[in-house]
Amino acid sequence: MSVTTLTIDGKLISASQDETILDAARGAGIQIPTLCYVDGLSAHGGCRLCLVEIGGSSRLQPACFMKVAEGMVVQTDTEKLREYRKMIVELLFAEGNHVCSICVANGNCELQTQAMDVGMDHERLDYTYPQRQVDLSHERFGIDHNRCILCTRCVRACDELEGAHTWDVAGRGSNSKVVTDLNQPWGDSPTCTSCGKCFMACPTGAIFKQGATVAEMDHHRAKLEFLVNAREKKQWHV
Amino acid sequence: MELSDLHDIAARERANRPPVEIRCCSAAGCVSSNSPAVLEELRGAVQSAGLQDRVKVAAVGCMRLCCQGPLVQTVPDGALYQKVTPESAPSIIAGLQGGQVTAERCDAAAPFFTQQASVVLENSGKIEPERIEAYIAVEGYHALHHVLREMTPAEVIQTITRSGLRGRGGAGYPTGVKWATVAKNPGERKYVVCNADEGDPGAFMNRSVLESDPHRVLEGMAIAGYAVGASQGYIYCRGEYPLAIERLQKAIKQANQRGLLGTDIFASPFDFRIDIRIGAGAFVCGEETALMASIMGGRGTPTPRPPYPAEKGLWEMPTLLNNVETFANVAAIIRRGPEWFAGIGTERSKGTKVFCLTGKVVNTGLVEVPLGTPLRRIVEDIGGGAPDGGTIKAVQTGGPSGGCIPAEFLDTPVDYESLAKLGSIMGSGGMIVMDQTTNMVDVARYFMEFCMDESCGKCVPCRAGTVQLHRLLSRILAAEAGPEDMQRLEALCQMVRDTSLCGLGQTAPNPTLSTIHYFRAEYEALLQKAGPGQRRRLPLVAATDNSR
Amino acid sequence: MARLKLATVWLGGCSGCHMSFLDLDEWLIDLAQLADIVFTPIMDRKVYPENVDAVLVEGAIANEDHFEFIQDVRERSKLLISFGDCAVTGNVTAFRNPLGSALPVLERSYLELPDLDPHLPVEPGIVPRLLERVVPVHAVVKVDAYLPGCPPPPDRIRLALETLVAGKPLELHGKDIKFG
Repeated sequence: MSVTTLTIDGKLISASQDETILDAARGAGIQIPTLCYVDGLSAHGGCRLCLVEIGGSSRLQPACFMKVAEGMVVQTDTEKLREYRKMIVELLFAEGNHVCSICVANGNCELQTQAMDVGMDHERLDYTYPQRQVDLSHERFGIDHNRCILCTRCVRACDELEGAHTWDVAGRGSNSKVVTDLNQPWGDSPTCTSCGKCFMACPTGAIFKQGATVAEMDHHRAKLEFLVNAREKKQWHV
Repeated sequence: MELSDLHDIAARERANRPPVEIRCCSAAGCVSSNSPAVLEELRGAVQSAGLQDRVKVAAVGCMRLCCQGPLVQTVPDGALYQKVTPESAPSIIAGLQGGQVTAERCDAAAPFFTQQASVVLENSGKIEPERIEAYIAVEGYHALHHVLREMTPAEVIQTITRSGLRGRGGAGYPTGVKWATVAKNPGERKYVVCNADEGDPGAFMNRSVLESDPHRVLEGMAIAGYAVGASQGYIYCRGEYPLAIERLQKAIKQANQRGLLGTDIFASPFDFRIDIRIGAGAFVCGEETALMASIMGGRGTPTPRPPYPAEKGLWEMPTLLNNVETFANVAAIIRRGPEWFAGIGTERSKGTKVFCLTGKVVNTGLVEVPLGTPLRRIVEDIGGGAPDGGTIKAVQTGGPSGGCIPAEFLDTPVDYESLAKLGSIMGSGGMIVMDQTTNMVDVARYFMEFCMDESCGKCVPCRAGTVQLHRLLSRILAAEAGPEDMQRLEALCQMVRDTSLCGLGQTAPNPTLSTIHYFRAEYEALLQKAGPGQRRRLPLVAATDNSR
Repeated sequence: MARLKLATVWLGGCSGCHMSFLDLDEWLIDLAQLADIVFTPIMDRKVYPENVDAVLVEGAIANEDHFEFIQDVRERSKLLISFGDCAVTGNVTAFRNPLGSALPVLERSYLELPDLDPHLPVEPGIVPRLLERVVPVHAVVKVDAYLPGCPPPPDRIRLALETLVAGKPLELHGKDIKFG
């Protein structure tokens, strides 16, 4: 695999040709915000937080998808990108019903953290207050669609790591929602193995462990990382 | 099948043609205004007059002036009748024998017809779309034979490149370059895909072509398959076009039976199979990556490009994706030569374009003109201007991805670059005329609502951004918005345009941005009407008024 | 230097933000040296005074009294700070919004659950009518700064007040704008 040289935020770095900009940046200690991206799962490109500016192109590109190229000049933290990222987080808050103070994931939520990182101290857009459901039919887990940001991490974790493909997305636009099997109650799902990988992957409090109360829930994201490393790199460090 | 067989079929077709042909439109527009009953009456009248040997009644494709349908034309005299009813239809047959014709005449010498060109629509309204013999009689499949027997794939691509043909789906990417890229990209299999997921409001060009001359599209695809090295083609047609799908199915079956599709076409080693995939109603499936996901049986959502389909498309293989109208140009270019095609149009936009003229205009229907034709000629000469003495205020092109061109730019030539300069796009060919009564903020809101409903929901800016933009536009329209809402609207438009994943979201703000650009005064007037503090009067109705 | 005229206001919230404010304990004595507290729910004053330098507003706009009162507060205050998540986002107070209106909540509370004499409370001029939709403060009046948190922890409140007393613009970052 040949090596390419590129510039990210003024820093000259080398990366192997098949790496994405996100990989290359992280390797060089440059943090690009992400929300739908999870190491070990396929890239989704939906949250748009990792959009970066690429010299010579007017189009912003998702760092999680875009491969590095020789001589590429990448900016990850311009004023425009900061403003757009803030608007993305505001859009997410406005489209769901996110009430951090009473959420199981309070203090352990990536959406909440992103809000802090982008400097969102209030919502400039209209809250839409959609009517969404909660499914508590599974004996161990529950899903509160009010808190779902449609990142599809659960869908990909279930499909790519567990191989069950219990989760998928139904509907479109603002009516999209993640569903189990053919939009059946989760508890009735014949394909769900109750492995909990969807719960581990969920960035918010949407998928939670039954019985967890406010700010009590940890997603045990490290377990997911452990699984990916074990599977892909044959490393079993705990 | 050999060339001589094609000639035999054509000769038989000509020999069997009776001296008089009565053509009745059987495309969806006229079908919806009762043309099947008209056709029935015409056939009955021929029977009862005993004219079967002398007069043939043919169900043909679109004759373009859709607003006056059903249209019936008698050949060879060329007399055209409009708004023909089952009651008035028999009089047309009676007229052949000197009787009085009560059916309403339509002036076939009117500018609507004489100012138009005929390349893509050359057979439309003239031949029977459901009979392959009719297509072969007008030199159909001759170009495919020529290509397979006389040309190398590289020569075909060169020919298309020299013709200057550009993608008719809207973006105008040079077709030859696209073909060459697919041809050069390595892959154990390659695919040709025809995008027939036409979905812009007010656009029905592709439907008309498919309903009027389906074999033309099949032949174009087969030629493309030969050029790029593909042996499998897919037509992705929206499910809302049942008649187009039915005619495509018939056409594919006929072509297969005649050996014009399938294996060893024209006794050459070239195999090409075409299958239809039917969309389930999602507009976003017109976007190429979403379309391919849908063909492969997945959820129709887009993926970031690169990689482009030409590199990694269907099942990760190089895939050529062109629009119906692009393919419909191919056989004509091969038949008549790239120089002929390049002689039509402008320096950078060659050939003709089919438009659907709709809205506040006298003549609505299908219009084919050389690229570079001034907008004014299309909407005023061909279209007849605004009805009821109205004045044209703007023309919307490019549907929900396009923009509104105000009347002062009516002399702009319609080509890819000129429309882009005005902040609109050619798009697939929808052209909606607006008169002085049209509220441009309402237009912007209408298109935003369309995009909001059609967003697939994968990326945040399109899924949630269009919802917010729609709210802002609704609030402005209701005179409940302040200047800060206007600022937010513009900022959010930029953001959705710059950050959305696919073309749907990236272009969703265009109608809004273009109406703000040209008709800011209408927005300002609504903000003015709201007055200061209007926004503070929120929906504050008290619930306990409903006490019991 | 003139002492800061400080006010706090309690609208549609649980008073937790004010409790957190009181949790500043002995620092409140320091605050009393730096600012005059001219209006607050924990003192007995009925009318919101004129010329307030800064006001912390707790709670969302949930009924007609809130809606009227916040207009006066806005007019008579130089700096209006949304104090806590209910004021900033609607938060728990806005929990009823997805139901579409206030009526389902009233019906549940006053018609379905009571054992005796179920009826909706209607006392014009005494019981303020609920708004159909709960909105954050900045949806009704201009807000100058935001102090999120449910409740904002005392050190965050102190940081904000110290900034205000120092006459510096209040803009919080990082962990100090954490919702919840």
